[in-house]
Amino acid sequence: MYQFIARRLLSTIPVLVIVAVLVFLLLRLTPGDPAAILAGDAASTQQIEEIRETLGLDRPLPVQFAIWVGQLLQGDLGESYYYKVRVTELIAQRLEPTMSLAALTIVIAILVAVPLGVVAAWRFGGWFDRFLMGFSVFGFSVPVFVLGYLLVWLASLKLGWFPVQGYKPIANGFGPFLHHLVLPAITLSVIYIALLARVTRASVLEALGEDYIRTARAKGLAESRVLISHALANAAVPIVTIIGIGIALLIGGVVVTESVYAIPGLGRLTVDAVLSRDFPTIQGVILFFSFIYVVVNLLVDLSYVFLDPRIRY
Amino acid sequence: MTTPSRGSGPVLDVRDLTIALPSGGDRKEAVSEVSFSVERGEILCLVGESGSGKSVIAQAVMGLLPNTLPVTKGQMLLDGEDVAKVTTERLRQLRATRMSMVFQEPMTALNPVMRCGDQIDEVLREHTALGPAERRRKILDTVREVALPDPERIVQSYPHQLSGGQRQRIMIAMALVLEPALLIADEPTTALDVTTQAQILELIKNLQARHGMGVLFITHDFGVVAEIARRVAVLRLGRLVETGDKDAVLKRPRHDYTIMLMGAVPDLKPHGRPIAPDQPIVLQTKKLEKTYADRGWFSARRVVHAAADVSLEVRRGQTLGIVGESGSGKSTVARCIVRLIDPSGGEVFIHGEEIAHRSHRALRPLRRKVQIVFQDPYRSLNPRRTVGEAIIEGPVNYGLSRAEAFERARRLMDLVRMDAAALERYPHQFSGGQRQRICIARALAMEPELLIADEAVSALDVSVQAQVLELLEEIRERLNLAMLFITHDLRVAAQVCDHVAVMSQGRVVEYGPANEVFVSPQHAYTKALFAAAPGRDFAFGRA
Repeated sequence: MYQFIARRLLSTIPVLVIVAVLVFLLLRLTPGDPAAILAGDAASTQQIEEIRETLGLDRPLPVQFAIWVGQLLQGDLGESYYYKVRVTELIAQRLEPTMSLAALTIVIAILVAVPLGVVAAWRFGGWFDRFLMGFSVFGFSVPVFVLGYLLVWLASLKLGWFPVQGYKPIANGFGPFLHHLVLPAITLSVIYIALLARVTRASVLEALGEDYIRTARAKGLAESRVLISHALANAAVPIVTIIGIGIALLIGGVVVTESVYAIPGLGRLTVDAVLSRDFPTIQGVILFFSFIYVVVNLLVDLSYVFLDPRIRY
Repeated sequence: MTTPSRGSGPVLDVRDLTIALPSGGDRKEAVSEVSFSVERGEILCLVGESGSGKSVIAQAVMGLLPNTLPVTKGQMLLDGEDVAKVTTERLRQLRATRMSMVFQEPMTALNPVMRCGDQIDEVLREHTALGPAERRRKILDTVREVALPDPERIVQSYPHQLSGGQRQRIMIAMALVLEPALLIADEPTTALDVTTQAQILELIKNLQARHGMGVLFITHDFGVVAEIARRVAVLRLGRLVETGDKDAVLKRPRHDYTIMLMGAVPDLKPHGRPIAPDQPIVLQTKKLEKTYADRGWFSARRVVHAAADVSLEVRRGQTLGIVGESGSGKSTVARCIVRLIDPSGGEVFIHGEEIAHRSHRALRPLRRKVQIVFQDPYRSLNPRRTVGEAIIEGPVNYGLSRAEAFERARRLMDLVRMDAAALERYPHQFSGGQRQRICIARALAMEPELLIADEAVSALDVSVQAQVLELLEEIRERLNLAMLFITHDLRVAAQVCDHVAVMSQGRVVEYGPANEVFVSPQHAYTKALFAAAPGRDFAFGRA
């Protein structure tokens, strides 16, 4: 078990190295000059040249890469071209809103999707099942920004239940924090509910066909118990796997949702950094996301041990 | 423990039970006007071949049938209460308290992610108001009663940590913890090895006697019936054909179908055909060995000897049986000989040519000479290919023209007594027995010198089994084939084998002419195996 964890953590290193190289190259190979953007519209060629020199962008690519990797090894993601602060500090500032949004989204998604999926599987082929399948097609196909604006129009402008935009840090009280976060989290969770409900339905349906379900019924157990402690418990592994994959999807969704709701999180930071060609910030954020992703996957793999006693590492 | 005693009539009284099949089936009703009863303190065996409706009846009593199989007529009186008419809620209350069920596959019938003790505990929590300490004591008592060793450890175990027999004991404990009046056992020993089967049958008999419950025991195996039944009810295509005391039905059957079934039960006595000496040796293995090793990165290597030191020979026109329980290594040996898996050591000679360590390329010309027929005829044919395509594929690969191969396939269909028109059809259009004939034809199409039958008749009903065995025998004789017959079923082995090798834990423990091994087994394991064969001293249909 500990060997497994150690081995998996070691195996994140090559993944991160590959991501680092790819991100670095991709940014340098796409058009757009950070120096020109920083200098503004009225700048002369010479001013741009000077900025480029101070940022080190005039050096050959391998040298730039070596410098960046050298910093990375010391745990330093470099300094943002645009904000002129350390990227690590930038990420730390933006972490709370994004993590809060992601966590709330996942919680909403699990609380809604798993029961929906279980009931759909239980009443397989019935009206509820068909409704849920229809809803999930809708959930998959509506873009996050469309849904976001739609919900803002309905729940904030028409009904006035939630604030239109913005973010309140948790330090200012849990109530306002949650109040500001609910709408973005619902927006973000829809696609995720669609995915998770489908997977839950499929794996519970499969479990319901197994012999031990017949045994459970033969024991005279209440149907709810049959569904939860027998069918759902056995369907847990694929469901948790999808939750893990969903966290990766979430990161993509966060970018758009944070823009729609003006939440100052990592998603917004990424968008701003891309628009201003802020290379160190983009690289830093993407590396950070990759690391999170790898860790989440490791946690998912480890959770299998608790979900299914037959799995041992 | 007390004897359940409510009412005085039969525990279960089934009257005119009729259960519909969905339209488009091969018959209109799964069960038609079946009446029988299970008395207090007796074991009634419900016997029938696959498709006879015996499991459907069991599930109907428990109320476990899917909506597609509705009870359309009749009564099922459990202590006088008609379970066909009660509400779902009442049915749920009756389960585990008044009637319980034990299923065939103890591996899949237990929840793999729940501890065994918790699975028994669920029954108590659902149906009683006992506190945790009382429940725990009751669970341990029951686990002890089904003779499981170390109850404290067993209740903490997950099903996969137990053996098949132990799992079935857990199932039985779960079914009996509330002392129901009726126990329904649906093929409870079919998935188990003979020795384990004997123990479980013994256990069920003892528990039944001690608690005085009625047992509805469902099986297809007449050996098991002979061991356990007091009365027997024979089902055929959803209809009851004969009911009566065990001896009456098994020894003096009246109905044609029962007479045919009894005639099909293979005898445990060896066939006693003379063995022609001095035939050339077709297959010889010398110290054949297959080991599996866990290769952990850091952990110590764990080595499993699936087969060790196996030395056998089969001569032309003779049949060697390899007999053993699951995990004995009999299939491993077969697969090494066909080179589906590569042996770890030792030699295999086909007509004197060593093949155990040849490259797969060098092996190709020899593959033709050894063909194998597998256990499950439902899964060993590609469902998307016609029977004809399946049969000619091999010969065409070895250079025969399609026309010639089809000609051969037609002749083979005749040999396995099927219509040549079958070549145009797909496997799902045939029954299990027909499919196995097709598999045999497919193997023979390669004109092999050695035919390996790996549990080839184990998935078949007795009557079909008898026909396929007869067919194999005839083919061996006509084509003068060498045959390696792998089976766990001693009766089947006695019918077809000239020589027998008994395997246990990867080794051959006894090897000799069938007459000697069956008549006077020497090794302790062989003796135990024979002693465990159900109904071994029972003369079926010959009273």
